[in-house]
Parts: sequence; C-alpha cells; structure tokens
Amino acid sequence: MLFHRFANPTRFLRLAAVLQPWMAGLTIVLGGAGLYLGLLSSPADYQQGESVRIMYVHVPAAWMAMFVYTGMAVSAAVGLIWKHPLAEVIAKSSAPIGACFTFLALFTGALWGKPMWGAWWVWDARLTSMLVLFFLYLGYMALNEAFDDPSRGIKASSILVLVGVVNVPIIKFSVDWWNTLHQPASVFKMGGPSIDPSMLWPLLLMAVAFNTYYVWVLLIRVRAEIIANRVRVLRLKQVHG
Amino acid sequence: MIGFIHILRRDLRLAQRQGMDSVMAVMFFVIAVVLFPFGVGPEPNILARIAAGVIWVAALMSSMLSLERLFQTDYEDGSLELLTLSPITLEIAVLAKIVGHWLTTGLPLIVAAPLLGVLLNMPVDGFPMLILALALGTPSLSLIGAVGAALILGSRRGGVLLSLLILPLYIPILIFGVSAVDAVIGGFDAKPQLLIMGGFLLAALPLCPWAASAAVRQAVE
Repeated sequence: MLFHRFANPTRFLRLAAVLQPWMAGLTIVLGGAGLYLGLLSSPADYQQGESVRIMYVHVPAAWMAMFVYTGMAVSAAVGLIWKHPLAEVIAKSSAPIGACFTFLALFTGALWGKPMWGAWWVWDARLTSMLVLFFLYLGYMALNEAFDDPSRGIKASSILVLVGVVNVPIIKFSVDWWNTLHQPASVFKMGGPSIDPSMLWPLLLMAVAFNTYYVWVLLIRVRAEIIANRVRVLRLKQVHG
Repeated sequence: MIGFIHILRRDLRLAQRQGMDSVMAVMFFVIAVVLFPFGVGPEPNILARIAAGVIWVAALMSSMLSLERLFQTDYEDGSLELLTLSPITLEIAVLAKIVGHWLTTGLPLIVAAPLLGVLLNMPVDGFPMLILALALGTPSLSLIGAVGAALILGSRRGGVLLSLLILPLYIPILIFGVSAVDAVIGGFDAKPQLLIMGGFLLAALPLCPWAASAAVRQAVE
C-alpha cells in the first residue's frame, strides 16, 4: 500500500528532499503572481475600496488555519490507531504553522475590521470560534512540551486534537447558524462562487500558494524532527554504552 | 454497575474524609464573585446586568480548579493503575469518578449560586433558570474537564496547563448558560438554550469518559 510505503521515515526523508525545492519554487511563483494580481492588478471593491486587498491574505490564512487543524486531527488519529510514528511527527510539526496561520487570519481580520466595521474586534460567532481554534493550537503545543518523555506528550496531545476537532465545523458553519457581522461564505457554497473572477483568481492563487508554503515548511520541520529523534537515540545509546 | 457504585462511594468517602476540597471550591466560587462589586463598582443596575455572566464564569473557574485532583492523587499512589487493570470497564470507572467530582464540587455551586445572585442584585425571575442552567451545565463541565485532567497526568506544571486545555472547550457552555438566564430575565423563552445545553450534556456523556479513559490508559502505560 502506498500509504504504508511512505510511512517509512527513511523513504519519507528521501521523498521530502526531492519535494522540498519544488514546494519552495511553487510558493514563490504562485505567491508572487497572487500578490501581484491581488495587490496591483485587481480592481478595488466598490464598497470596501482598497482595503478589500487584505482579503487576499486573510481568507487563505483562515482556510489554512482550519485545513491544518483538520490535517493534524487526521494524522493524530492515524498515529493513535496504527501507531505510525511519522503521522505523530506530522501532527506535531503542523501545530506551530497552523497557529501562525490562525494568528495571521485574526490579525489581518482586525486590520480589515477597523476601517470597515469601526472596531478591531467584535464578539461574533466566527471571530470567537477562530479565537478558540487559536487557543486549541496553543494548548496542543503546550501539552506536547509538558512531558519529560516526548512520546507521552505526543500521545496525550493527539487525544486533545481529536477532542478539539468539534470546533472546526462550528467555525465553518458559524456564519450560517448565527446572524453574524462576519460575511457568509462566498467561494465554497451551493450554486458556485458569488465573487467576481477578477478577484477570485488572485484569491485562489494565494490559497494554493499558502498550501504549498505549508507543505514546504512542514517538510523542513518534519525532517528536522526526525533527525532530532535520531540524535536523541544516538545519545541514549552512547550513555548506555 | 456494582463497580460504578463502589468507585463512586469510594470517591465520595474520600472527599468527605479529606474534607476541604469541595468546601474550597465553593469558597473560591463565593470569593471570586464577591470581587466583582469591588472591581466594577457597587452600582446595583450594573451588577444586575452582569450577575449571570459573573456567576457562570466563577462556576467555570472553581469547577476547573478542583479538576486537577480528579485523577492526580490516584495516579500518584498507584490506584489508577489498579483501576485500569481491574475487570471493571475503565470508561465506567472514569464516569464514576466524574459523577463523584460533580457531586462534590458541581452540586455545592448550584446551591450557592442563588445566594450570590442576591448579593449581585440579580432579578428574582432569573433564579430558577440560573439553577436549572447550572444543573444542566455543570455536569458537562465535569465531563469535559475530566478529559483535560486525564491528559495532564504526569506532566510538568499541570494546573496552568489544564486551564489552557479546558477553558476554550468550556466556552459554548458558558455562552448558552448565560444567555438562558438573560433570556428569562428579559422576558423571553429559554427553551432553545436549554435544549442546546441538554444536547451538549448528552453528547459529552458517552464521548468524554471514552476520551478520558484513552488518556488515562496512555498515562499509566
């Protein structure tokens, strides 16, 4: 099975070394094109003016925040059920990246909210559930670091990720369930996107660039983690003679 | 079932003999609420407006403070390990401990809440709903909290970590608990909020003991 084939850390390291420059290149090309289209060549919004351009960072960051958490939950489940060490490492390495995406979404949202809504922050359902997601990321990372034995930390935090996954659908549907100040979905919805192509294209380019960026950084972190594990094992061997 | 009752009775007896734990939780609850009139000023209208929220937040905190000891003492003296080895299903044993925690810390909060409502000048129409909402909400708090308490077993700086893990998950119960009381005081029907809180409780009842015992198992491994 392909999945098991690449679950082998050595084989994964070889694949990661090949993939990493590609991901870096894709991120730079797509991100550059997306930023150019978004910041310079796309039209300003008739209502929001130039500040609509914040959206080209805000929306992909928010998507990634949820995507990374979902990915972590899947890897944590795989790690708990089939005891794949690589899945646990992927979950652990994803957390800081996801936390940064969440923070970026909250921060750019605040920058956009001040001129548009007149407030940096409002307590509506979408914003609050994103804040909870940020705390879940922080809790995961804190629990991961809280044990002397790293494998204990990874197992405990895997359970925590799976408990926190209830929040992801709440974030997604918060704009439909509650009457929020945050606008409802305009890209992924029934009947196709209701956003103009001149704005949709840079948005999608940025979304793909954020994804490749995530994979790029994830590969670096996973490689570092695997190597750090090896160093730890070698040191232990040295100590035990 | 017999195992469930035995563990519950053991925990209750322990709580009774070691005494102070549940008294401390209630004392914290009262003192935390009493701080608010000093913080926001003794204006009766303001206090009445924020009473439900303050009582709920304090209830959340004091329920969380006592959680750390839910598994910790048993983990340290080794009885938790015996529990996992015993023929009783671990999920049932964990549920018994959670029920014990709620009886010793959640129930006293519900009793103390109306008194604090009086101190904060809360409208009298809200009292029955406050008690009802706390009665529906605090068991969920104990259930969710048990997962966190099991996860931090054997970690460094457990207490602070527990609050970071658990408080974000408490937020939905806080929101609906407060809005149920505020709805009744404002003259609306609080049935939707109560139904949602009942839903939380029904979902947490099977899922949380399951997750907590998974955490206990990997802690004693």
